[in-house]
Amino acid sequence: MELILVNIIDGLVTGLLLFMLSAGLTLIFSMMGVLNFAHASFYMLGAYFAYEISTYLGFWMGLLVAPLLVGVVGAGVERYGLRRVHQYGHVPELIFTFGLALLIEELVKFIWGNDQVPYQIPEILEGAAFTISSYNIPAYKVFMIFLSLIIFGGLLYVLTKTRVGMIIQAALSYPRTVEALGHNVPLVFMGVFGVGTALAGVAGVIAGPVLSTFPGMAFVLGSIVFVTIVIGGLGSLGGALCAALIIGWLTTFAKAYNVRMEDILTGIGFEKPEPLWDSAWSDLWTLTSPQIADILPYLLMVLILVFRPYGLFGKRDV
Amino acid sequence: MTDISQNPQARQHGGVTLRVAMPWIVGAFLILVLPFVFQSNSAITIMNQMSITIIFALSYNMLLGQGGMLSFGHAVYMGMGGFLCVHVMNWDMFGSLPLPVLPIFGGIMGMVMALIIGSFSTRKAGTVFAMISLGVGELIAACSVIIVVFFGGEEGISGDRTYGMPFLGYEFLSQIEVYYLIGFWLFVSALLMFLFSRTPIGRMANAVRDNPERAEFLGYSSRWVRFNSFVAAGFFAGIAGGLFAISYEILTEENLNLVTSGSILLVTFLGGVGVFFGPIIGAIVFTLLQTVLSLETEIWSLYVGALFVATVMFFPSGLAGVLMMHAPAFKLGKWQMLIVPYIKTLVPAALCIVGIAGIVEILFHARHSAVGETEMTLFWITFDHTSIMPWIVFAVLAIVGFWITRKTAPDLVEAWHAATTPDEVSR
Repeated sequence: MELILVNIIDGLVTGLLLFMLSAGLTLIFSMMGVLNFAHASFYMLGAYFAYEISTYLGFWMGLLVAPLLVGVVGAGVERYGLRRVHQYGHVPELIFTFGLALLIEELVKFIWGNDQVPYQIPEILEGAAFTISSYNIPAYKVFMIFLSLIIFGGLLYVLTKTRVGMIIQAALSYPRTVEALGHNVPLVFMGVFGVGTALAGVAGVIAGPVLSTFPGMAFVLGSIVFVTIVIGGLGSLGGALCAALIIGWLTTFAKAYNVRMEDILTGIGFEKPEPLWDSAWSDLWTLTSPQIADILPYLLMVLILVFRPYGLFGKRDV
Repeated sequence: MTDISQNPQARQHGGVTLRVAMPWIVGAFLILVLPFVFQSNSAITIMNQMSITIIFALSYNMLLGQGGMLSFGHAVYMGMGGFLCVHVMNWDMFGSLPLPVLPIFGGIMGMVMALIIGSFSTRKAGTVFAMISLGVGELIAACSVIIVVFFGGEEGISGDRTYGMPFLGYEFLSQIEVYYLIGFWLFVSALLMFLFSRTPIGRMANAVRDNPERAEFLGYSSRWVRFNSFVAAGFFAGIAGGLFAISYEILTEENLNLVTSGSILLVTFLGGVGVFFGPIIGAIVFTLLQTVLSLETEIWSLYVGALFVATVMFFPSGLAGVLMMHAPAFKLGKWQMLIVPYIKTLVPAALCIVGIAGIVEILFHARHSAVGETEMTLFWITFDHTSIMPWIVFAVLAIVGFWITRKTAPDLVEAWHAATTPDEVSR
């Protein structure tokens, strides 16, 4: 029972982190219709910027300044890169962001080198916040959960209750009309892109110390973020949250509980082949759930795309 | 994305004219002659690599350029074809099988995979297709580490091509014999892919790419058309995989994963997706960059990344597209007009790039070299990165080059317009 609770918290941390990345991505997609392949690269930039700042001014300044910097870089990319490529169509846009992801990774390697950088959690958040029977829950995880929830709340408030949020929502569905009403839609686009990448930056700042900050960190998380928003339904913020949590819990539980294929197969009534190593099916028999935990999200995405292309909460086709 | 290479005259006559056949004759001649020009073993290895990449890129362009399907998992079909070929090499009956037919097994494997995956992924083009291809690609790459029986786990599987039945007395022990085997397959598959793009189904793929709705109204199922292209592309990717297996005799998870899929996208787009021969140029340039540039500098992939992003931003039709832009000037016989403006602009631009690259290299050396090691060699000159002189030289190069390029660029644009528009007088 206690183990379940611990895993729920762990899954929540992963899920909320994924959500912070996918929230920005799904906003950008619903606005511009382009899947930003480089989104996870901005997450990586967030972590690296925060590391660089934290060596001079400490973790908290990094948390404050790095996302802003990432947002500025993101807005610049939209203004001078994407807007230019936009005229060629959606596929070149997608390819542009793909190239950008490569370029950012190479730039990071160029500046900070190929190895992991020693980006640490602040001293005040070291140690355990509380214990569940014998399991310690680190304070940093609690901090991550709270920060993500605050950001989600803030985002929801801005989007639904403020004037800016209304304009953004209107520009999502009818950009032409909004423009005709006298709003500067390209500026709104740039702003949303900047905020979306800044959110990814925040995720990078807080995930950097626990998931380690290295040039491959964008690649590791990049495709999972796509999976999240595709499962949740493109353009749906609630869907992104839901899918992020599902993926977080799915992978955490698959890793924590060692479900073995052998038990399932014998449970159904198959005979275990002897000797096992000689059998063509030996890989199937030795399969365990921690082994496949990381590919479960992809499996889920392919199934979703085949049977329900709108995703869980999406309204329109991808 | 207009297809400029089509030749209405030849189509009307229904026969093969010399003009249509000429590029193929030249191509075949080049494949035959090149090993006599570049005789070293490493050059032949590079050419083998190049040929395999060309087949793979052409097959990828069947999807991206001709069918409008952006795939992030095309390496799967090449990899699966390659893996099957290595397994065939390890069979007992391989001794009664001549090596040159081996790629067909790879092709069939690639086709079978494309049949299975294409049955659900080609329902839509665009983002859905891209996402499914990404998901499937990740799935299979991840499976390759788990399913050890077929994929060999982390270390992959390896075979020996020389166990095959000798073909016309050749046992394919040396690189040059392998080169001609790959060259033969390169010619055959390139020709077949070209002919495929000229069949009604290949033409319909273009129509479905440009406007699926209209194609549906003409009575074609756009899904079926996409499916056909997809399966054909899978077949040729499998052939490339088979050739890879013959050339390297080992396949690992690396041949299936997202990095390989991504780099073939890069190659194809760099070359140009709008023209049939675009991916060929892309594959040649990319392989040269990869092999030659990586010998010269550690950060070659940074340059390749920058080149790729610049291509997408400024020349979305790729290198082939840039070449094709000059076709009208040649037709009008006014290409001489372009020479001087090109020299005036491109030489300073090249100097500017050299300057920037120099600064980037010095920065990289200053930041990442071992402590105390300040000497570095760049452009055949050895100097100390702590001294101020090289910085100034490269900065001046970059700034002056940039300034002159900006100055002369409008003249070039003007000359280009003049060269590509017909004369008023000659009418």
